[in-house]
Amino acid sequence: MEILHEEKLKKLEVLANEIRQTIILTLAEAKSGHTAGPLGMADIFTAMYFHVLKHDPNNPDWPERDRLLLSNGHICPVLYVTMAFAGYFPKAELKTLRKINTRLQGHPHRQVLPGIESTSGPLGSGLSQTCGMALASRLDKKKNHFYCMMSDGECDSGNTWEGAMLAGKYKLSNITAIIDRNNIQIDGNTENIMPLEPFRDKWEAFGWHTIEVNGHNIEQFVDAVYEAQAIYEKPTVIIAHTIPGKGVSFMEGDYRWHGTPPGEGPENIVPKSEQAGRALEELQALGRKIQSEH
Amino acid sequence: MPIYPSANLSPKIFENDLEQKPTRNGFGDGLVLAGDENPNVVALCADLTESTRIEAFAKKYPERFFEIGVAEQNLATVGSGFGVSGKVTFISSYATFSPGRNWEQIRTTIAYNNSNVKIIGSHAGISVGPDGATHQAIEDIATMRVIANMKVFVPADMIEAKKVTIMAAKIWGPIYIRLGREKTPVFTTDETPYVPGKAEVFWMSKKPVCVIIGCGSLLYNAMLAARELEKEKIGTVVLNCHTIKPLDEKEISKWAKKCGAVVTVEEHQVIGGLGGAVAEALAKHAPTPIEFIGMQNTFGESGLPSQLLEKYGMGAKDIIRAVRKVIRRK
Repeated sequence: MEILHEEKLKKLEVLANEIRQTIILTLAEAKSGHTAGPLGMADIFTAMYFHVLKHDPNNPDWPERDRLLLSNGHICPVLYVTMAFAGYFPKAELKTLRKINTRLQGHPHRQVLPGIESTSGPLGSGLSQTCGMALASRLDKKKNHFYCMMSDGECDSGNTWEGAMLAGKYKLSNITAIIDRNNIQIDGNTENIMPLEPFRDKWEAFGWHTIEVNGHNIEQFVDAVYEAQAIYEKPTVIIAHTIPGKGVSFMEGDYRWHGTPPGEGPENIVPKSEQAGRALEELQALGRKIQSEH
Repeated sequence: MPIYPSANLSPKIFENDLEQKPTRNGFGDGLVLAGDENPNVVALCADLTESTRIEAFAKKYPERFFEIGVAEQNLATVGSGFGVSGKVTFISSYATFSPGRNWEQIRTTIAYNNSNVKIIGSHAGISVGPDGATHQAIEDIATMRVIANMKVFVPADMIEAKKVTIMAAKIWGPIYIRLGREKTPVFTTDETPYVPGKAEVFWMSKKPVCVIIGCGSLLYNAMLAARELEKEKIGTVVLNCHTIKPLDEKEISKWAKKCGAVVTVEEHQVIGGLGGAVAEALAKHAPTPIEFIGMQNTFGESGLPSQLLEKYGMGAKDIIRAVRKVIRRK
């Protein structure tokens, strides 16, 4: 992985903002899907696909590639949009999200879209699958790295911790788990639904090297990935603190935007018909700010 | 005797000293052979290494064996990760736990994901015996055969279990293999034909009036029943339906039409298992009266396997009774 220069950092921040705008447009077109998580993870997905991952969009089955497995499949709009920007498929195809005959299923499906490492959606099973892949890779003496993108909500699931325990047992240092710690899930705030704290302690107790970052600070996130690569004796988890709905004032931090597209969201601040337009305006303004700040 | 000659069954089939071994042993032997042949074969177990007979492979190939612990959801999902990474992956546990406890993980991450995983459900059926109903899987054929992409095999004896294991390692994709705990008659031979998806005739009377379609070790009881019925001049055909999915609808329909009556035999709920699959096929191709031998919508309990099979109506005499009954229904 190359050094993250100031110029590249700016490029990534601009790109993340464009990806957010495209997420809004894609979801508005689909008229269904999840908004909060994808916006919250846009910075990290941009950093992954445009800086961290060893991959080749023109050769998605390249055996030496790093694997990015999305465990919380419902935030796939950010995955699809970032993959389209990276060149896995034409951006125009984003209009087909969740529609009949699409390769962009409501939850990602490995069998139809090259570049998807595993079918996901039902929560809690991604980390264990990553463990299987990482063990197979170790058996084959390969050097690629495995990134499991997870949500905090899916840490309610026992299967997640079964995987965590196994990764600890086999000291799978070729795995980096990245958790979107946005503190929301469908029914409300995580600490009310099923408290996860002390979250960091839990991961450490399961044998993981644990790093906490601001998930909107690309530089800090990339530093954490560098650190993870330098840890050889155990797997690493990066707990990325993010703001759900990041970049759109009336969505930020509101769990009601978890599973709702712009145009179908809560109307107490912005009427449905104006939600997509207002979100785009705000993100465009933010984009101009990023351009001027650097 | 109308034992079907080309089935090449054991010449000792009806003798008292016929060898008895559990089907799980055949899996254990077959897995080592599959591992010898293909370095990409890996095996995972959920803390039941000895009793699911994965132990021999684990000892011979420790670097290719992974102990998952008492965590069947992990077993399926870690297995899925191996299966999409070029590995021929066997996961084993008791059938009540896997595919019992981890059905959704199997559905999504193995079947829908089309991962190359072979699910080995041991200790299926009530013949598990004294452990009782919690450990007696009697729903697993139904829950596996309903999943798209999944193939389902129920070997009749130890030799067939070995064959299906070796074969499963060569067929890409999700497969469920159902095994038993108890020693049961080894009545097939290495020469008995075994083609996945093809039901085999094991018994053929000159003028059959009923076809008995069975799977698993109870198929031996079907053979005993056929022999008794023959003495009473009631001719039957016995079909070894080792592949529940894809079902050999052609062969089943052919014999149903020819005989005009069907009895299905399985150590499983009569709902959704082999009997259910046969009924679905015949409703399409050759509606025929059917009697169903199996668990009649109830749970098992503790006891000796022989006592349980008798109490729950799966003995040779129950099959004989069912044949007589279904013939009257023609």
